[in-house]
Amino acid sequence: MMEQIHLIGEVLASTIRLSTPLILCCLAGLWSERSGIVDIGLEGKMLAGAFAAAAGAIFFQSAWMGLALAILVSIAFSYIHGYAAIAQNGNQVVSGVAINMLAAGLALVLGNNWFHEGGRTPPLPDTLRFMPLSLPGEAALREVPVLGFLYQVLSGHSLLTYLTFALVPLSAWAMTHTRFGLRLRAAGENPHAVDTAGISVSGLRYRAVLIAGILCGIAGAFLSTSLAAGFIKDMSAGRGFMALAALIFANWRTWPALWACLLFGFLSALGNVLQGTTIAGVPVPVQFINMLPYVLTVVLLAGFIGKSIPPKASGLPYSKDR
Amino acid sequence: MVSDRPARQDRSAPGASAPPAVELIGIDKRFGPVHANRHVSLAIAKGSIHGIIGENGAGKSTLMSILFGFYAADAGEIRVNGRKVDITSSGDAIAQGIGMVHQHFMLVEPFTVLENVVLGAEGGALIGPALARARGVLERLARDYELDVDPDAIVGTLPVGLQQRVEILKALFKGADVLILDEPTGVLTPNEADHLFHILRGLRDQGKTVIIITHKLNEIMEVTDRVSVMRRGELVATVDTRDTSAAALAELMVGRSVLLEVEKGEGKPGAVVLAVEKLTWRDSKNVARVKDVSFAVRAGEIVGIAGVSGNGQSELLDLIAGLKRPSAGTIRLDGQEIGHLADPARLRDLGVAHVPEDRQARGLIMPFEECESAILGWHDDPALGSALWLDRGKVEGRAAADMAAFDVRPQDCHLKSAKFSGGNQQKIVLAREIGRDPKLLIVGQPTRGVDVGAIEFIPRRLLELRDQGKAILLVSVELDEIRSLSDRILVMFAGEVMGERPPETDERELGLLMAGVQPGDRPEATAS
Repeated sequence: MMEQIHLIGEVLASTIRLSTPLILCCLAGLWSERSGIVDIGLEGKMLAGAFAAAAGAIFFQSAWMGLALAILVSIAFSYIHGYAAIAQNGNQVVSGVAINMLAAGLALVLGNNWFHEGGRTPPLPDTLRFMPLSLPGEAALREVPVLGFLYQVLSGHSLLTYLTFALVPLSAWAMTHTRFGLRLRAAGENPHAVDTAGISVSGLRYRAVLIAGILCGIAGAFLSTSLAAGFIKDMSAGRGFMALAALIFANWRTWPALWACLLFGFLSALGNVLQGTTIAGVPVPVQFINMLPYVLTVVLLAGFIGKSIPPKASGLPYSKDR
Repeated sequence: MVSDRPARQDRSAPGASAPPAVELIGIDKRFGPVHANRHVSLAIAKGSIHGIIGENGAGKSTLMSILFGFYAADAGEIRVNGRKVDITSSGDAIAQGIGMVHQHFMLVEPFTVLENVVLGAEGGALIGPALARARGVLERLARDYELDVDPDAIVGTLPVGLQQRVEILKALFKGADVLILDEPTGVLTPNEADHLFHILRGLRDQGKTVIIITHKLNEIMEVTDRVSVMRRGELVATVDTRDTSAAALAELMVGRSVLLEVEKGEGKPGAVVLAVEKLTWRDSKNVARVKDVSFAVRAGEIVGIAGVSGNGQSELLDLIAGLKRPSAGTIRLDGQEIGHLADPARLRDLGVAHVPEDRQARGLIMPFEECESAILGWHDDPALGSALWLDRGKVEGRAAADMAAFDVRPQDCHLKSAKFSGGNQQKIVLAREIGRDPKLLIVGQPTRGVDVGAIEFIPRRLLELRDQGKAILLVSVELDEIRSLSDRILVMFAGEVMGERPPETDERELGLLMAGVQPGDRPEATAS
């Protein structure tokens, strides 16, 4: 009994950890797409951020410098996408795919050149990582039933995770209650209305991709300096795309996006726990478990969520001529 | 943001003492080869409703877009209340108290009315206070100008009349003293249009200045105090509305007397070209949209199909053009059954030419160059190239010749199809369709949305074709057009032909048939 409770606690804590990069990417996609810029390059930006964080942590001997570098690099990639999509009216899907390939390739080439370890960075010592933090009073609450258990699940995560969960309500509030949020949503629905109201559509969209860049940078730093200890090839493992699926699943709204990401995170956590176990005497293939979040994505998108309505102008370059 | 100045009640002597609300001096604008505005100068008096009228493509909308900062003029000066101002963006225009209601509404559909109204005028980083303030202002505006609309309604769910009201409210909330409306009645029902005019008069009486762009003469006569006429980018006249007439304005618009009655000689009908027998077509829900229709069109005659739109005329055109397959009945061309073919390309070879009702969706490919649109359906014509290649030179040569013959303007076959005015687009389609000497021409709404110049040209061309011995089937919702062009008129109602009448028939009688009422005193005159 105790063991099972412990296992459940493990899965829940792991869910929170694994959801963190999904939530960050999903929020990045949310801000970008609500302004009308489709961002398929979340994956690439996160990967670039992960590499920059690990490399930065090593060069500057500081996890914080790694985080800063990750954000800067991810913003740079965001602006490449922004320049193509906003200034040059380019195809946003093509630009996003290019970002993904560029990031994957660059991380490998630079990593190999700098560290000579086949594209990975040397493992990071704990001092160069964002380590789990114990919430105050965790030990004291440990024996309290239910509450103690929940508190233990919530405790012991990295600063970046707590930051991520704080960003969700902030993001939801900013989207609906601020001038910036109102204008940004308008730009994603009818940029002509924004333009005729005397507001710059490109200005709004550049700020949106800036936000996306920051969030993907944090997600990347979380991957290489918190979840893992160092960068390895393709460590983003499709999480950027999963976040995009969560975004569609959530119908481009903040709170549903959180639940969608937690669900995907839970399935990933479950997969990790169920590895090597048997159900009714039959060993569960690892691949099958790992497939779950992706299968769910496909099933959900195939029509179990009703109609999802993207922002009307998303993906469309804005020009004054209709 | 909102002007709290007391409303001016004095409308006396506009322009006499006060400077004009808006003055445009020597505005010039080119879009590539198109000279949209040629040195336009115009003064608009405070507290008046000023109309700007002109054919499609005369430069009215461009002029107003310049005033609203959407385009920058190449040359010229704008003065607001006598002061020279620089307007380089819509924001500048709004700051000068100019508001615009665009032809295509600039609304964010998933937003509420309040959110749409405050967009761009939030007054702070948080929108809460702005929404509260807007609610109060909207209440006041609703009282003052009869501009009622539920502030919490989602804009996308409102009917167009109310959406337009939201546009007006947006402008007023931002403190507009000058309100520009671009073709405001295009999307409105007659009742909604009447109400709009009522609102505009109210705005004027409270001291606002209203500029209304339209190509509808009756609206100008009804609502404006003064009117300016534009023609091919030039401002040709500005007159007081009470000193002019619709006919005089129409003449100014086209620069010559409009031929309102087309001269039609006696027709010489020959052999039957098109014979339709008991034609029926059911849609996917098994509803008969065309019911048991029979008629014939002879060489050298125009048969007009009158009716309120949506009574099966469009489907009938599609059936004859081979775009739909009949559920029952036959269509014969020179005795040969063609209904079952349902193959437009084959029908074209057999001598059926089709000028579709919706030329922008079905007649042309809007992003294509004119010469590319002009050969749609002709790609296998040996005169345009070999089996594998199109000869670009020959294509352009054909296009240029057609454009000259049909007076398409501007005469530039590399211009995108979308850049031509409605009338010129129609000429392009017509030129293409009759180019291969068809036996039968079927035409839907030939003059819908075309400018006054083409309204004269196209019917004359159709009559010429009739006199050359073509059989022509004409579908139009314009009764005048049907009556002045047709040799015989069929009236359709609910998919059926209600009866056949000669073109001299009384308009009221045709109206009754169009409403589905069979006049009891003439039971013998049903469809043959």
